[in-house]
Amino acid sequence: MTQLVLFNVFNGLIVGAFYALMALGLSLILNLSGVINFAHGGFLAIGGYLAFTMMPYVGFWGALALAPIVTAFLGLIVERLLIRRLYGRDPLYSLLLTFGLAFVIEDGTRFIWGAQSLPFQVPGWLVTPLSNEYFFLTGYRLFMALTVAVAVIGLFLILSRTRLGIRIRAGTFDLETVAVLGVNVRVLRNMNFGLGIYLAGLAGVLAVGQLGLQPTIGASLIMPSFVAIIVGGLGSLPGTLLGGLLIGVASGITTVFFPSATEAVIYVMMAAVLLVRPRGLLGEEGRF
Amino acid sequence: MGAPELIKRIPNIVVWLLLVAMPYWLPKVGGYVDLGSQVVVLGLAAMALNFLLGYTGVLSFGHAAYFGLGAYGAAMTIRYLVPSTGLSLVVGTLVGTIAAAIIGPMIVRLRGVYFAMLTIAFGQVFYFIAFRWSSATGGDDGLTGWTRLPLNLGFTTIDIQNNPDAFFYLALVMFALAVGVMAWLLRSPFGRTLLAIRENERRARFLGIPVDRHIWISWVISCCFVSLAGALYALLDNFVDPRALYWTQSGDFVIMAVLGGMRSFWGPLIGAAIYVVLRDYLSSLTENWMSFIGLFFILVVLFFPRGVLGMIRRKAMS
Repeated sequence: MTQLVLFNVFNGLIVGAFYALMALGLSLILNLSGVINFAHGGFLAIGGYLAFTMMPYVGFWGALALAPIVTAFLGLIVERLLIRRLYGRDPLYSLLLTFGLAFVIEDGTRFIWGAQSLPFQVPGWLVTPLSNEYFFLTGYRLFMALTVAVAVIGLFLILSRTRLGIRIRAGTFDLETVAVLGVNVRVLRNMNFGLGIYLAGLAGVLAVGQLGLQPTIGASLIMPSFVAIIVGGLGSLPGTLLGGLLIGVASGITTVFFPSATEAVIYVMMAAVLLVRPRGLLGEEGRF
Repeated sequence: MGAPELIKRIPNIVVWLLLVAMPYWLPKVGGYVDLGSQVVVLGLAAMALNFLLGYTGVLSFGHAAYFGLGAYGAAMTIRYLVPSTGLSLVVGTLVGTIAAAIIGPMIVRLRGVYFAMLTIAFGQVFYFIAFRWSSATGGDDGLTGWTRLPLNLGFTTIDIQNNPDAFFYLALVMFALAVGVMAWLLRSPFGRTLLAIRENERRARFLGIPVDRHIWISWVISCCFVSLAGALYALLDNFVDPRALYWTQSGDFVIMAVLGGMRSFWGPLIGAAIYVVLRDYLSSLTENWMSFIGLFFILVVLFFPRGVLGMIRRKAMS
């Protein structure tokens, strides 16, 4: 029993790390540009499929390094061509646009790579279990957890240490002042969007090693990411991270005791958080 | 009634004449009566959404949940409780309305995209319940093994079961009632207050209007009529599955409202008509119709944000 609970807690942490990675990207874009990017799951799928296509040429490590970058470039282009036109207009329009884009991407990946689940080979030494008793502790899962941790630390370092990151954070608070101080807000939003999409692409490469590769992979991950943002507190990136991990673990534990509520439990959690603490766990008072 | 008054009413009269005569002209232009029923039912859902979206200025992206609750409420009433069409409509509407009333206070504090995000996320709960609780809801396969029944009015019985025309008129009567109530509400002081909130929330607050409570009431009214539409939708298909509750369905309602014109009363109905016909056509043409719908969303947003009626009005003014 303990082993089962441990297994599911660990599993939940891994799943939660995915949610967090995806939710952090969503959060970045939402905070600076006020856009809910429904197509985020689509970009995740693109990251995974690109990695699949690149693997025979550049190997697993090459794909892990390159696929998210290519995905981020696609994100930059999409922002430049489509999303940029909608800043400053009713948020309704950006919602609808990214919503339509999500459909197009999902069908597009199905058209290019087919509807069937594709096999995705990770290096052999990563798949072997590390211990007989805790069979679930495969190298790949640890590796994923580690990669997510590195990515998150990297993101927070970018945000706190680099000029771009500092400007992103400043823009989140007061974009107008940042613009008046001479920062090119268009470029800032573009880079920020690319950064968010990079995280989605990275999550995509990692996810396909765990979940398999199919066109709907992004659609199933995007709703929990929303919940992660709300639970953690709107506007707070550490909150988003915490929210992602929490709901991952919560659904992992629920799988043990009440499997049919695995998906629903995170929404119940969200309702509970909103009732007790409407701004979310780490959200700032009065900002939203 | 003077002549200008009469001219103002012409659009209303035209819409109602077209709707009432639909079973006669629709088959002649290549449609079928059930397609007309779909337009009326989805049009009602889009107009109900627009009560909130266009007239209160609050962006809900989760109305599918209440649409689906209405559908499941109606279907499960007939399947498990009482074989009565009338009662199923009442129960379906009530289930959706009560759920909306309970969830409302948790979300009305937020605005804009954040409101949208909460409505989507809350909607998903019902999707997963319908999906997972298969012993009662039929799970992913949907709830089958039931059918709508002739409508017993006491003095006479109308066969809506086998006669699509009769069902169309039942849907149209429900549509007329709901739309009438919404129009009356919008003309009342309450409706004017909603417009004031839409135009300038801060000013409305300064005037002493309890804004959050008004948005909550508007939300409940909107969800009430969406659940009625959902109940009718289940009866139309004699079937309901979790997709009626899924968040993509919410997006469909929003695009209908935008496509027709959010700032006009009949806009969403026109949007629904275009959407239904387009979907019917595309899904018969190609398997990848989803990407065409998606592309359609993008094109509407980029080139047609005011919707059909908004464009016409703008043309008329200039």
